[in-house]
Amino acid sequence: MPFKYKEEEHSSTTKKMKVAIVKYNAGNIRSVVNAVERLGYEPVLTDSPEELRSADKIIFPGQGEASTTMKYLREHGLDKVILSLTQPVLGICIGMQLLCRHSEEYDTQCLGVFDVDVKRFVSKSHADKVPQMGWNTVTDCKTPLFKDFTKPEYVYFVHSYYVPLCEHTIATTDYIQPYSSALHKGNFYATQFHPEKSGSVGERILRNFLEL
Amino acid sequence: MLAKRIIPCLDIKDGQTVKGTNFVNLRQAGDPVELGKAYSEQGADELVYLDITASHEGRKTFTQLVTRIAREINIPFTVGGGINELADVERLLNAGADKVSINSAALRHPELIDEIAKHFGSQVCVVAIDARCMDDTTHENGSPLIDGTWRCFMNGGRLETERDLFQWAKEVNDRGAGEVLFTSMNHDGVKNGFANAALRRLADTLTIPVIASGGAGTREHFRETFIDGHSDAALAASVFHFGEIPIKELKQYLSAEGINVRL
Repeated sequence: MPFKYKEEEHSSTTKKMKVAIVKYNAGNIRSVVNAVERLGYEPVLTDSPEELRSADKIIFPGQGEASTTMKYLREHGLDKVILSLTQPVLGICIGMQLLCRHSEEYDTQCLGVFDVDVKRFVSKSHADKVPQMGWNTVTDCKTPLFKDFTKPEYVYFVHSYYVPLCEHTIATTDYIQPYSSALHKGNFYATQFHPEKSGSVGERILRNFLEL
Repeated sequence: MLAKRIIPCLDIKDGQTVKGTNFVNLRQAGDPVELGKAYSEQGADELVYLDITASHEGRKTFTQLVTRIAREINIPFTVGGGINELADVERLLNAGADKVSINSAALRHPELIDEIAKHFGSQVCVVAIDARCMDDTTHENGSPLIDGTWRCFMNGGRLETERDLFQWAKEVNDRGAGEVLFTSMNHDGVKNGFANAALRRLADTLTIPVIASGGAGTREHFRETFIDGHSDAALAASVFHFGEIPIKELKQYLSAEGINVRL
């Protein structure tokens, strides 16, 4: 635990910081709540526009399929709420893909924060299994989200669709071809991998986000 | 490049870790959460918790344990044992499991695989297959087992079915499972290496990852299953529980042997 000292130093401020996690019909949101709690914060899991807008940091997590999650966000007015946010937002996995313009998964129009379209992995050989499931490296890491990342680090991925390299790319991973494993634009950050399941490396990324 | 995974498996009975040898004798081996944390810190890539309690009471205890594991463990974990229907899957995922492993229930009701994939996504559905090569003469000294008949078993290896391993694995794949966890009953507990010929045939025909299980005794066995067996991941229990093969040293060895692992 190399960051232990810092965590203790910041404990009085972290308790006061309001971290909101977007509640919607994606899977495995609980694991993000658990991960944020392990860092000493007390996140709220909510779909209330007021609670989301008044939070200091927002995490938009989840596993799932693009069209049904996007439909749910629209029906509950969460699409407009997310687009109106001005504080730091972190999209994770399907959360990242929904922040893009469009997804090939059931031809879904997404939120359009990142000017890039989500594609399906196309295997080039039998070894390229889809979904990509497991640990792969992130390289060329940029922005304070990856503060103190000096070498390629392993993080945990589960996905069948990917975001190509683009102007918003802040981390690159190679699976079938190089693609964006993290994005950044303005107050929006996003990771294709699951920091909440990526051991101590994932904890560093979540902590960096919460300390932005 | 995607790393090959090392997965310790913890058998749980009444909230405690146990390990069966050849599916029969059980020995105690520690608190499940503490053991899981220790494995995570040593570099385990995932964990598998198998509930071998049959009782209703035991199942409740296991669900509470899953909630505790999810709070404390920061790597993915799979739970299995006693999953018969979609409601069981939902209960365990809600408790915080990342994946569920089904075995006998899938053999009894193959459509359960389709249902899990449809409701929760293929990635949560691991299908565990226990199979025995019925022609034991091809078992040792690297001779191919692919010519032998591999029959699937259910109820923890106690009940033989009509199903052939390779046909069943293909069906599981096509129904939308996310991974196959294959345990060779001939190799399990013997510590003489994994069933690499059968594993290779599975890995080369399926489009989903294959987890090798049964037979780990030395670190060389892990290298062989990745190189010869084309396995995507390797699972073991007792060699990890009793410290015979420390995970950190195993991964350093595999890395030095040119296998891509997470260090």
